[in-house]
Amino acid sequence: MAITREQVEHVARLAHLALTDEELDRFGEQLGAILEAVGKVSELDLTDVEPTSHPLDLVNVWREDEPQPSLPREEALANAPETEDGFFKVPPAVGPEPDL
Amino acid sequence: MTVDTLRLTAEDAMRLVERGEVSSRELWEAYRAAIDERDGELHCYLTLTGEPEGDGVPIALKDVIGTKGVETTAGSKILKGYVPVYDSTVAARVKEAGLPLLGKTNTDEFAMGSSTENSAFGPSHNPWDPTRVPGGSGGGSAAAVAAGLAPWALGSDTGGSIKQPAALCGIVGLRPTYGTVSRYGIVAFASSLDQVGPTTKTVRDCALLYRVIAGRDPMDSTTADAPPVDLPEAEDLKGVRVGVPRELNEAEGIEPGVREAVERAIELCRTLGAEVGETSLPRSVDYGLSCYYLIAPAEASSNLARYDGVRYGLRVTDGGYHGMVERTRDEGFGDEPKRRIMLGAYALSAGYYEAFYGQAQKVRTVIADEHRAAFESFDVLVSPTSPTVAFALGAKAQDPLAMYLSDLLTIPSCMAGLPGLNIPCGLSDGLPVGLQLVGPQFSENTLFRVGHALERALDFDYVPERLR
Repeated sequence: MAITREQVEHVARLAHLALTDEELDRFGEQLGAILEAVGKVSELDLTDVEPTSHPLDLVNVWREDEPQPSLPREEALANAPETEDGFFKVPPAVGPEPDL
Repeated sequence: MTVDTLRLTAEDAMRLVERGEVSSRELWEAYRAAIDERDGELHCYLTLTGEPEGDGVPIALKDVIGTKGVETTAGSKILKGYVPVYDSTVAARVKEAGLPLLGKTNTDEFAMGSSTENSAFGPSHNPWDPTRVPGGSGGGSAAAVAAGLAPWALGSDTGGSIKQPAALCGIVGLRPTYGTVSRYGIVAFASSLDQVGPTTKTVRDCALLYRVIAGRDPMDSTTADAPPVDLPEAEDLKGVRVGVPRELNEAEGIEPGVREAVERAIELCRTLGAEVGETSLPRSVDYGLSCYYLIAPAEASSNLARYDGVRYGLRVTDGGYHGMVERTRDEGFGDEPKRRIMLGAYALSAGYYEAFYGQAQKVRTVIADEHRAAFESFDVLVSPTSPTVAFALGAKAQDPLAMYLSDLLTIPSCMAGLPGLNIPCGLSDGLPVGLQLVGPQFSENTLFRVGHALERALDFDYVPERLR
């Protein structure tokens, strides 16, 4: 199953990856081969089979609704590339959105 | 006294410390000396710790396991320099048990791989033959234990990352039942599959370490209570029903030397008193790999969305916020995470969701049902762990699909959330062959019993021949 270059670009954009032209070509080819292999799942007629999303039958695991200590702010920020006044700092996020 | 780190089991080390024949610190120093001597060649460790803390037998942790104050990279450039401000639950349990940390071991980036060649910091090497891979993703932990650079270690397993490297390095590895060990503080790959487990020299060491880490954790709501761990004693297999799934034992690509060693081990089960019979998992092997390579990447694409250059890890600036996120991810992730993120995003995208991800989830049900049916007649299923012995570095690095086949035999039971134990069962061309034992959920004690009896009878020497 081949995947077109446009599809690879679209998926890269969905995944927030700014790929180079070389990467788009290489990954396109590899993804095509992998998708062809994994597409094998469609051979089976599983109309009446329930999907499994989790291997254990755990339903609604509750705990008492009691406040617990959380990380102090300075620790939560300790690994951040950039902070200011106790906040994570990021470059300007306003402006044109990437085209999805 | 001199500590022979190549041969000493963790259980014996524990006994030496209890009797006061060697101190915990002396043990730690003996392993550090072995690391200084051999890790230049093998590259099992990414980070070494400065000072031992604890009074027990030291341990190594795979670098996906978050350790407070100790760099945790998951083998990725995007997490280089990340120093967790809290301990994962397993790291905390190991600490409470008094086991001093030797260091953090190498892994394929985000545990994605079967050889450690996807580590951003260079591959580890197999102690039996350093021109070959140790397996992956937990190749660093497995090679460290096999080469006497740690008495025992913890790894993580999504589709075979504990069992397959244990097989390729000739040691014991347990992927526990899904949910028996907390994942709190572990770098997530595929959350419906990820599991933490021990890598050790013997089955009894494995049971001892599993006892330390197993159990429900309020910080991880996917955990379940595990039955108390029994240290295996019995040396026979009387009353045990051993199933040999045809497809797992006759799959294309199983090397003749691997098949022979596994057949001898199966024969030995009979000699030890087990009832041995053939069984079948017709669709688990045929469709397991495809199922896994849809579900795991889909979950990975979601889990790895958190690496955005905002809260931790690498940031590459490029104009505004969106440019920063995209540049950071392009420069921070290696090829394998990028491939899997894109594969997952594709499988989850509008128009393809039902055909790929939805269908894979149904295949997962089929795989679980097939195993359940087999366990109506058998207590444990046996097969090779890896179709091949350790392969040469570089042999599969350029061909993702060939690499994926390394996990053909470990993946089906992972999809069903079942525990699996690897024990070494012989050599093929001078390289270890691994036997995989799979049981129903929460059957770790049965796996330990069968593994221990076989280990005694096989008498495999886990010290790599070139280091004896």
